[in-house]
Amino acid sequence: MESYITDLRVEFGPLRLKNPVLAASGTFGYGDEFSHLSDPSDMGGIVLKGISLRPRAGNPPPRIVETPAGMLNAIGLANIGVDRFLEEKVPRLREMDTVVIANIYGHTLEEYGAVARRLEVAPEITALEVNISCPNVAQGGVAFGTDPGQSAAVTRCVLDNTDKPVIVKLSPNVTDIRPIARAVEEAGAAAISLINTITGMVVDVETRRPRLGNVTGGLSGPAIRPVALRMVYEAVNTVNIPVIGVGGIVTAHDALEFLIAGASAVQVGTAHFVDPRAGIHIVKGLDDYCKERGIGRLGDLIGSLQVN
Amino acid sequence: MVEQEVAVVFNEQVALDTFLMGLQAKEVVREAAPGHFVMVRVHKGFDPLLRRPFSIAGTLGGDLFLILYRVVGQGTGILAEVRSGSRLSVLGPLGNGFRIVSSGTSSCLVGGGMGVAPLLFLAQRLNGMPFSFLAGYGNAAQIPALDSFGLNPETFHIATEDGSRGHHGMVTDLLEEEVARLKEPVALFTCGPRPMMSRVAELALEQGLPCQVSLEAEMACGLGACQGCAVEASSATDRFYLHVCTDGPVLDAGRVAW
Ligand SMILES: Cc1cc2nc3c(=O)[nH]c(=O)nc-3n(C[C@H](O)[C@H](O)[C@H](O)COP(=O)(O)OP(=O)(O)OC[C@H]3O[C@@H](n4cnc5c(N)ncnc54)[C@H](O)[C@@H]3O)c2cc1C
Ligand SMILES: Cc1cc2nc3c(=O)[nH]c(=O)nc-3n(C[C@H](O)[C@H](O)[C@H](O)COP(=O)(O)O)c2cc1C
Ligand code: FES
Repeated sequence: MESYITDLRVEFGPLRLKNPVLAASGTFGYGDEFSHLSDPSDMGGIVLKGISLRPRAGNPPPRIVETPAGMLNAIGLANIGVDRFLEEKVPRLREMDTVVIANIYGHTLEEYGAVARRLEVAPEITALEVNISCPNVAQGGVAFGTDPGQSAAVTRCVLDNTDKPVIVKLSPNVTDIRPIARAVEEAGAAAISLINTITGMVVDVETRRPRLGNVTGGLSGPAIRPVALRMVYEAVNTVNIPVIGVGGIVTAHDALEFLIAGASAVQVGTAHFVDPRAGIHIVKGLDDYCKERGIGRLGDLIGSLQVN
Repeated sequence: MVEQEVAVVFNEQVALDTFLMGLQAKEVVREAAPGHFVMVRVHKGFDPLLRRPFSIAGTLGGDLFLILYRVVGQGTGILAEVRSGSRLSVLGPLGNGFRIVSSGTSSCLVGGGMGVAPLLFLAQRLNGMPFSFLAGYGNAAQIPALDSFGLNPETFHIATEDGSRGHHGMVTDLLEEEVARLKEPVALFTCGPRPMMSRVAELALEQGLPCQVSLEAEMACGLGACQGCAVEASSATDRFYLHVCTDGPVLDAGRVAW
């Protein structure tokens, strides 16, 4: 465990974090893949890979393609399903001296509710993060997260099935994030996190085929950071619940932008593929920034943005 | 497996667009086995973003490991400019290597292009055991000079597609001859372009020979976290997809859907 001069603790809603840096869902596995390279306990928390009611094999390959300062992925939410997750992965989470958040998704409201309910047996999991970027099969495959009413319905459905705090993770693939943030807050979410990946595609001009097996995929990495920051800024100015900033954060400087804009915490995703210790380096960098400027409490920076 | 900054001891051109890099890393050398790979961060910036996977092509002494690579894009282009004495972040060794068959059986190593890289390491570790090495290239200019590997040139049989060196045609032609010539069963090890490996796997199946393939896939993490490196599994497995970084890169040919 590292020790820091600055008071890096943050609170958001019912959660207390030792520092505001979390690993983003889908980029840190179930916490065990990186364990001999990077101690998750040094981060404020980890969000696990998304889990669904039933196992999913995922999309046909190729599943990833690199793009300028970023990458597209079309993993297709491959996962082992909630039953195997509880059996194989949850026992190992006990050793983790940090906040563990499960990320859940479904293709119907009932699936969301059922996964949330199954996780009630696991005290190792402090909170749920709900991925609402998934297609709603009952609504012709339109993502839940693109409609305020559907977003609120998912939120309520999960809340009805859990006593854990519920964080709703918003999709950026919308014209205006504000009505969705508001709808989710009104439905009772403890916090929101944003952004999930931005839909994109790449064409191979030799074969004239899409580079991804799934044709389109989700863009992540530094390329999306300014978009993510703008959306976090809009969300912070719309809701009263805490906001977690996600998208393209690779350095402490990047994390600071989000915190200053009003995010109570940040998640680091794609950066972990480049540097398994990225999150930990960011924590250290936040401490350095505060030390150099005589800031005793990192919390004082949150929302300190001066506009005009 | 470690993630560390290591010194580049040399980085020299050994054929057209092809480089051999020696990196100093005791921990990697100690753990490395043929078929393992490393994820190399080609620079400190974020564009290109991801690490690049390379097979370990061999070791030199107790603390150098080798990568043999071809410049095909931005990342390998940056790598080719790296001067000796610089430091690069390396993650590895990663993946599952070749299982070396017990002594007695002879081995046939079939490589295409840069696919020879992991097989060179295998050849190094097969020392004393009988094997032949069949290597296919587009043309003679692409054939790397491999003096540092200390391999007996007689074990090498080369095919070029344009006939500028060795057999005029495909390396799989050489394999067919080799299989016909050898009376006793031979263990096949292969790495190269997908169509080549697919033909080798087919031949192995026809002849009932054991065959291990080293696969490639686009990778983000190399550690089993992103699930990006999926390849389709054959019906002989209970899975839809295999992950090249953690199930492979070396797999029994029969486990892969060709
Ligand atoms: C386990 C493994 C071991 C490998 N070992 C070697 C090796 O020993 N020597 C060597 O020269 N190359 C090896 N490769 C391939 C090497 O990783 C790619 O050539 C390299 O990442 C290309 O990077 P780039 O930025 O130069 O090219 P990019 O600009 O990223 O791409 C240029 C071209 O290379 C192809 N490419 C990119 N990444 C990969 C990849 N991971 N696998 C296959 N093709 C790719 C792209 O489709 C494109 O056509 C290996 C790949 C894997 C997965
Ligand atoms: C390979 C990969 C898998 C992901 N899987 C999930 C997931 O299962 N659930 C989820 O809510 N977000 C998932 N995400 C989105 C990330 O958690 C994050 O929101 C996004 O990548 C933007 O952050 P980044 O730029 O720091 O990566 C995934 C992202 C990547 C790159
Ligand atoms: S490269 Fe990430 S799981 Fe294989």
